[in-house]
Amino acid sequence: MKAGIADSIQDEGRFGFQHLGINPNGAMDQTAMKIANALVGNDLREPVVELSFPASSIQFEKTALISLSGADFSAMLNGAAVGNNKALIINRGDELKFKKSLLGSFAYLAVHGGLRIAQWLGSASTNTKAKAGGWQGRFLKKGDEIEFIKDLSRLGETRALSWRVNVSDFYSGNNIIRCVEGREWTDLEKVSQDQFKKKPFIITQHSDRMGYRLKGPALKRKNKTELISSAVTFGTVQLFPDGQLIILMADHQTTGGYPRVAQVITADRSNLVQLKQGDEILFSMCSLAEAEKALVYQAKVLQQIKTACAFNLREIL
Amino acid sequence: MTPTSYQIYPSGDNALTIQFGDSISLDLNNHVFHLYNLLRNKQPFIKDIIPGYCTLTIIYDLLSIRSVHASAFDFIQSEIETLINHHHQSETTRPQRLLKIPVCYHVSFAPDAEKIMKHHQVSFEQIIYLHIEKTYSVFMIGFLPGFAYMGVVDKKIATPRLSTPRSLVPAGSVGIAGEQTGIYPLDSPGGWNIIGRTPLKLFDIKKPEPVLFQPGDQVKFSPISFDEFQAFKPTSFNSVINES
Repeated sequence: MKAGIADSIQDEGRFGFQHLGINPNGAMDQTAMKIANALVGNDLREPVVELSFPASSIQFEKTALISLSGADFSAMLNGAAVGNNKALIINRGDELKFKKSLLGSFAYLAVHGGLRIAQWLGSASTNTKAKAGGWQGRFLKKGDEIEFIKDLSRLGETRALSWRVNVSDFYSGNNIIRCVEGREWTDLEKVSQDQFKKKPFIITQHSDRMGYRLKGPALKRKNKTELISSAVTFGTVQLFPDGQLIILMADHQTTGGYPRVAQVITADRSNLVQLKQGDEILFSMCSLAEAEKALVYQAKVLQQIKTACAFNLREIL
Repeated sequence: MTPTSYQIYPSGDNALTIQFGDSISLDLNNHVFHLYNLLRNKQPFIKDIIPGYCTLTIIYDLLSIRSVHASAFDFIQSEIETLINHHHQSETTRPQRLLKIPVCYHVSFAPDAEKIMKHHQVSFEQIIYLHIEKTYSVFMIGFLPGFAYMGVVDKKIATPRLSTPRSLVPAGSVGIAGEQTGIYPLDSPGGWNIIGRTPLKLFDIKKPEPVLFQPGDQVKFSPISFDEFQAFKPTSFNSVINES
């Protein structure tokens, strides 16, 4: 493989250890991870390769059924364009390259039967701070050889399967990101609350798997008392002393002391993570009930996708 | 002991926080620790339980709860309220451990000793004495895997963080920030006032329990000489004094 800048093995995340300061990590776009897995008939939580752009070039050593979902990095299989959200049969010697970042920030590569990745504390997600989990606790680099668990030799020649999955239920196509109020929402001056709800916030270049730093109107709190550290989560919107915001992402620290003004709803995480530097976010407040309902709906659609893919794959596998 | 006052609020749509107050105090933290113990290994829908100084955050499996209940937040909230109201603090279900942590307070490991000496008009010997004489509680673990926030440090050595953090604090560095004391488990940027170093590995991915500390642990620092530090064999040292 030729290395991408930040490609890593991820799954749903490593839960049960945050009380020890071990954050869960996991795929930034859990939905895309699950769709990629569904496309190849995997358990939805099977570890995948998360790719960001510029992404790794991959050479395959044996026959497999793979898929790509999430961002569109203009994937080329042996020089021919292959689209996203399809299952692909690949054989020894085939090469997968990503030419151009067309849409989104994180792409996912799933392999039928899964990857041979040792678990750390019950998960294959990569924790680069601890240098544990995933592929040797680090981003992938040139020469890394990742094994496929299953041996499939009867799939036939390299080709894309004819059907694809419709992912429109998960990506709104707009930049509206729904939030519920954070604990310190009421600490904000009314003017700042209005600005949060109405003004665009731009994703700056200081954005990565730990958090997306935003640029926008400087928000102010009514009182400036320092807060005591407590737990934060993926999607927590924190307010820095300079009035700017950060949205915590998959590699967030487990605890923090900055005011938590809002919390991005889980159902909108996929939309959020796929935004790029320079993109504008428009926050929209919603209720907890709406947030729960949105995620329940998405889970239903994912289950339908899984069933439909399994049906389509029954002759191949 | 009477039921305590608390607030419960959502932390997003898949987490909830119970807050007992808003200051660093052993009393408040005892409430956190007590509830933390009650919840451990108990509920099938809970993915993580994260103690803070005066808060406890519960990360729950929203979808699993919603397959059974109409509102995940309401369900977890009522479970917590039931637990808090029916269990008083005298019923601690988990023993607290006492840990002994060897620390070398050598000048080469204590770049901020002078700052504390000037700030409080004390000698280095007095700093060491005041640091080792107390038994500290682990209030919470966060920021890094295994970074235990411990308190409460004696007022005579409690010192504000560095105004500009160091870009690299070596693993094992023992520091003071305000009334807290802690040890960096990994090389890391950091702003704590460093007064010593432990040869212990506080975070080891090869161990089945990779983090040495647990929330609620009682900790005592034990001074060792520079030679003892150099000769230290971690595998032959057991930090846990008792489980009582």
